[in-house]
Amino acid sequence: MYISVQNEFFDFSEEIKNFTATLDNIGALVTFTGIVRGQKSKTLDYMLIEHYPGMTETQIKLIVEETFKRWKICDALVIHRYGKLEPGETIMMVATAAQHRKEAFEAAEYLMDYLKSRAPFWKKEVLNGKEHWVEAASEDEAALNRW
Amino acid sequence: MVDLIYFSWIRERIGKSGESIETRAATVFELIEELKKKDVRYSEVFSDLGSFRVAINQELASFDASILEAKEIAFFPPMTGG
Repeated sequence: MYISVQNEFFDFSEEIKNFTATLDNIGALVTFTGIVRGQKSKTLDYMLIEHYPGMTETQIKLIVEETFKRWKICDALVIHRYGKLEPGETIMMVATAAQHRKEAFEAAEYLMDYLKSRAPFWKKEVLNGKEHWVEAASEDEAALNRW
Repeated sequence: MVDLIYFSWIRERIGKSGESIETRAATVFELIEELKKKDVRYSEVFSDLGSFRVAINQELASFDASILEAKEIAFFPPMTGG
């Protein structure tokens, strides 16, 4: 299990290389990368992500542990950034490794659904000096019901 | 004494990121009622129970949860991670 909550940029391919280096006998690797959507000075200048230090790490760990209980996966990785992020920047990524693809896909989706609504992050969008907090979407909360 | 922590628009509308308070409240709900009496900023922020969440000692909790063992209580809007 690898979890990192960080302000710094991360290199997706480097992370995957490190993540898979120690894994043995896996047949499937699923990755998801979240990117700041938007076009500068048109729809979004930058995003500010706030989080709850301490609780964020604990909460992500609980979500990952639950993922291990529900699916037969070999390992999982979660990296989530906070701070100021511009359009096109990578916000976060998850990776799941398993022997078979079904488990890897489902585990990654489960992780994403729970990170979205249960990890204490809050996003603020800024455009032309105007800012607003991103509201949680009701479909994100509803997505948890399918698990 | 218990530490209250505020995030996102709750922090902005109350005007501080946290505070230490003395309280006689036994539950989150009672604490909210107490806070609402403090000042109009609190009564506005906490007017709609559906618009925010609470964590006790960094764990998500319900409004009827006991705060007798609480060291840290955080108030924040629904999370928007991912």
